Amino acid sequence: MNLDFSDEQKQLRDQVRRFLSEECPPEKVRAVLERPQSYDKALYQGLAEMGVLGAAIPEEYGGVGLSHLELCVVAEELGRALAPVPVSSSIYLAAECLVLAGTEAQKQAWLPKLASGEAVGTLALHEGQGRTTEASIAASVNGGRLSGVKSPVADGAAADFAIVAAKEGGKVSLWLVDLTAKGVEREVLETIDPTREQARLTFKGAPAELVGGKGDGWNIATQVIDRAAILTSFEQLGGADRALEMARDYALDRMAFGRPIGSFQAVKHILADMYVSATLARSNCYYGAWALVSGAAELPVAAATARVSATTAFQHCAKNNIQVHGGMGFTWAFDCHLYYRRSNALALALGSLSQWESALIERMGAGNAGAAA
Amino acid sequence: MDFEDTKEEAAFRAEVRSWIKANAPAHLLTELKNASFASNGVVSEDPIKAGKAWQRKKADAGWACLHWPKEYGGGARTPIERVIWGQEEGPYAALTGVFTIGHGMCGPTVMAWASEEHKRKLLPPLAAGEDVWCQLFSEPASGSDLAGLRTRAVKADDGSGDWIINGQKIWTSGAQYSDWGLLITRTNPDVPKHKGLTMFFLSMKAPGVEVRPIKQANGQSSFNEVYFTDVRIPDSQRLGEVGQGWEVSLTTLMNERLSIGSGMSTGFPDLFRFCMEAEVDGAPAVEDSNVRSKLAQIAVKESGLRYTAMRAISALSKGQTPGPENSIGKLVAGAAMQDLSMLALDLQGASGAVWDANSPQNGRFQSMLMRSPATRIEGGSDEILRNIIGERVLGLPGDIRVDKDVPFKDIPTSGRKKK
Repeated sequence: MNLDFSDEQKQLRDQVRRFLSEECPPEKVRAVLERPQSYDKALYQGLAEMGVLGAAIPEEYGGVGLSHLELCVVAEELGRALAPVPVSSSIYLAAECLVLAGTEAQKQAWLPKLASGEAVGTLALHEGQGRTTEASIAASVNGGRLSGVKSPVADGAAADFAIVAAKEGGKVSLWLVDLTAKGVEREVLETIDPTREQARLTFKGAPAELVGGKGDGWNIATQVIDRAAILTSFEQLGGADRALEMARDYALDRMAFGRPIGSFQAVKHILADMYVSATLARSNCYYGAWALVSGAAELPVAAATARVSATTAFQHCAKNNIQVHGGMGFTWAFDCHLYYRRSNALALALGSLSQWESALIERMGAGNAGAAA
Repeated sequence: MDFEDTKEEAAFRAEVRSWIKANAPAHLLTELKNASFASNGVVSEDPIKAGKAWQRKKADAGWACLHWPKEYGGGARTPIERVIWGQEEGPYAALTGVFTIGHGMCGPTVMAWASEEHKRKLLPPLAAGEDVWCQLFSEPASGSDLAGLRTRAVKADDGSGDWIINGQKIWTSGAQYSDWGLLITRTNPDVPKHKGLTMFFLSMKAPGVEVRPIKQANGQSSFNEVYFTDVRIPDSQRLGEVGQGWEVSLTTLMNERLSIGSGMSTGFPDLFRFCMEAEVDGAPAVEDSNVRSKLAQIAVKESGLRYTAMRAISALSKGQTPGPENSIGKLVAGAAMQDLSMLALDLQGASGAVWDANSPQNGRFQSMLMRSPATRIEGGSDEILRNIIGERVLGLPGDIRVDKDVPFKDIPTSGRKKK
């Protein structure tokens, strides 16, 4: 049994961590927080040059051709550093979607640019308030022209193209849309976490090109989102771990009543519980990583398991990081709110916690029924 | 990233599997598998005898106490082999639960502190399932604060060098069928509490030892009180120096927390099976969104513990020492069991209060509801476990101890001011 990353993968982690500690200190995250740039372009370029963006993209399309395990390792570090870059939109979602369902021409056109950071892609799924379901999608395509409103779309203002879920003849298909084309309006949204920008995209007859089979869009999107959920879980894990470290360090330094606050059980037990949730999340994430690379039939269960566990852990650690910091944790100057923002934004990306909880049990039930039959 | 055995591990697993298939008491398997919570389920014969028989069989074939050296009756196997054995033994392991404390805690303490002569006398019968041991540590007034114990050991005034024991222990699992006990006592009340303790082992049949079962909150009696009235113990049965008892006890407690294996289960699979069958408003409970949310949170704890154990096993497989991750096991599982049983009863409606032969899964969830408070206390309460994680894993400072340098006899014994 080897439920662990290899030595090479751990070396990659150390390398990415070193890079991010130099190139992505909190000031860089704050620079994006306080606008106007959509993301840190220099940092993104640096990641591209390290080969990180193209880690799991096949070599024939300009990638490095490593496995998704390397991408998991990278994701954890991006999460730790709160890297303000569109990796999840462009790599976990857009690139994965093209690799899975794109035509040869689409792959040739876009994957090398995504790997090099020259272009940014995203997935446009949601349409306003409430849960997104196959039935709730109203955007439509007629004669290769897309109409409708997608909101929120992560990195929608900065992306060069989006893969848009829209109906033609009542069934959802995926469409590649050049966001610089005529018929596309973009508006940056105010959000709880501006370090990962989101936008509203309004399509008025924008040219749209089919990705994957007609009517197969929801199925493809589900597969892509399951895989992206595992990678996002690693980002959440990295964030949870860092929030725990910040709280631990503060509890060691901060004195009250003549002693470090970490010596009080009321504080110590909060930190112990943060360790517990982060540890459970790590183990569940490793399970997800295994499923991601092994092509296991239980990937949908593993994805939901990792996602529920990591969302829970990051929210738990980020909110309690503020609690342990007391009043200082609620200042703009301390970094606690950056983690709190990210934890809550990531909890909603790719479907909310309650959706994933429901999906997990539904999928476990389906697996059980299948096993019984 | 894989769940595969190495070549050597696979060979070992095959060997174990075929031996177990040929030798395990298969006629008890159904009872073991259908065990309700908090018992091994064996009813068709004496469960203690069945456990001793299985242990004897294992010992004769060299499969007893795999982590012990051979000269003391053990198997001298590697940690990963011990894990594989545990996975293959599966439900049969519940048969030998009576030896858990002896093999896991008392034996290793004897091994670390007893004379060679005693080790050769005591350990092989323990490994072979002839002797049952219990651990006489907790007292009514000292649980989490074990070093506050009050059972006295005083030198006999007849020049024999023997010790005379008076006092009371509590929460002693298996005392009623134990042959030997590991006993921690206070030999000097005039020094600070950790410094005046001394460890012994004694025969549970010694005159003056009285075992009284405790009627527990759940109605069962698996724990006991043990009373000592002028019990005489020869000085040769002392483990460690006089006053070194605390250090000796740490050997026991470290071993208590070292057990690595399949990891603790929350009992989620039983709950899930129940929710597949139970209905909410005419539809299967697993389709109810509120139930799903609660189930999912327990499911990720269950899988989190499973894969945490597998990460520890992965480290063992590579010959490394596992990290501290496994320290979360009982803390997570205990609370999850309590939540889980309450959810299962909730879904049974008013009938959740009924605990009889018609209760779903033979009353498993009612049993779990009533037993789970103990899981959160025994072997280190939730609060002590959080202290351990906080201090040993996260490196936080210990609490300030007001009794640290105070002679034991001067430590207050009541929280209320005397009038």
